[in-house]
Amino acid sequence: MKETIFRANHEKLGAKMVEFAGFYMPIQYEGLSVEHQHVRKKVGVFDVSHMGEFIVKGTNALPLLQYITSNDVSKLTPGKIQYSCFPNGKGGIVDDLLLYQTAEQEYLLVVNAANIEKDWAWIAKHNEKFGATIENISEEISLLAVQGPLALKAMQKLTDTNIEAMEYYTSQYLTFAGVPDILLSTTGYTGAGGCEIYFKNKDGEKIWNAVFEAGKEFDIKPIGLAARDTLRLEMGFCLYGHEIDDTISPIEAGLGWITKFVDHKDFIDKDYMLQLKANGLKRKLIGFEMIDRGIPRIDYEVCDKEGNKIGIVRSGTFGPSINKSIGTAWIDINFAALDTEIYIKIREKLLKAIVVKMPFYKGE
Amino acid sequence: MNFPKNLKYSKDHEWLRVDGDDYYVGITAYAVDQLGDIVFLDIPSVGESLTSEEPFGTVEAVKTVSDLFLPVDAEVLEFNEELDADPGIVNADPYGKGWIVKIRPENPEDIEGLLTAEEYQELINE
Repeated sequence: MKETIFRANHEKLGAKMVEFAGFYMPIQYEGLSVEHQHVRKKVGVFDVSHMGEFIVKGTNALPLLQYITSNDVSKLTPGKIQYSCFPNGKGGIVDDLLLYQTAEQEYLLVVNAANIEKDWAWIAKHNEKFGATIENISEEISLLAVQGPLALKAMQKLTDTNIEAMEYYTSQYLTFAGVPDILLSTTGYTGAGGCEIYFKNKDGEKIWNAVFEAGKEFDIKPIGLAARDTLRLEMGFCLYGHEIDDTISPIEAGLGWITKFVDHKDFIDKDYMLQLKANGLKRKLIGFEMIDRGIPRIDYEVCDKEGNKIGIVRSGTFGPSINKSIGTAWIDINFAALDTEIYIKIREKLLKAIVVKMPFYKGE
Repeated sequence: MNFPKNLKYSKDHEWLRVDGDDYYVGITAYAVDQLGDIVFLDIPSVGESLTSEEPFGTVEAVKTVSDLFLPVDAEVLEFNEELDADPGIVNADPYGKGWIVKIRPENPEDIEGLLTAEEYQELINE
């Protein structure tokens, strides 16, 4: 099993460690709900160094990325970031990613840990036709996500660059905690605000210590991956292997907003998805709230009132900030309208739920 | 982690307390720690006679769900209704106010076959 450079730090803090995406990761420190609320109200730190990072650069970088990702990469300028995905050529998704333009003709792709090898092979294969310069730097780079309403204020103490003024989904290279050329972006996976900090493994200990020292007066705490999942689900953010995978298209998964059918962009599955849109969807991703008591879990059946299967649950949890049981499902389009009553089969019982708009968490 | 000596334990991390004619069942501090924050107990078996092999209910934590088993074959007499309003009681006081069901064992001598606190502690240390 792989591990991040912070394994000893997590163990010293008493984290419960588990295997996640092939990495030995902290799932929880003092308790999921406490950690979840701490990120919503104050500031928490996630070690997400398991994520993969690829560099794509050169004159052929833009044509390659336009072809293999769904969003319009030509809209980016240095410092801008977009959420995107790799369509898989069969109407599904290879992975979702953050695409950073870090300089002229230079991009950073941040992908899911579980998919690093698959994504790399996919990009390398398509790059044979494009000839961009590509580099997998996943093993050399560590990543801390500092999230919460106090995150930028706390991290501002570690840099002279005005990070509190940075727009959402932008990045900058800056000197951070005395270390030059750190990439900091105003991104995250919690809906609580904050930033993500990319650095070389060798600088990890220095950055970790500085982050916790600077955060002390803001009551900064380490947060496990379990809270990361409940935080993202309350926001309705997709997780690969749950809401999206190699069997569902971005259009069906509610990712039409990152799928750009523009004349200057040809991309994998473009025609297929145009056809799908023209013919009308047969199923789509929805969010639902439980009305009856019960907690939906992945792969539970979604049924109509008579118990006929109409869909399948993709994620489910009790949402600590909203005090409700919530879930996402792929569902027959006839049942996908807001306020439709649906039933989740939990231990052979049909429990009532209702289709709602995401995000589930709408702020304080 | 605390395992009171006056209780008997099962391999499935439930405890049983004999209190006069009453038999109480709950889950151990170890089980609570593994589950995390408990948000719902689903106990559909009140009034039923079950073996220790059949689940008498489920406990839902934020991230996980787990079946609950009786330590011995028994009839489920009563569910602790206070847990309906506040399932967090199980996290806070698993051996006291967090009892889950009252039961009537089929064969009270089965209780002798359960684990002592020391034996249970050994089991989870393995």
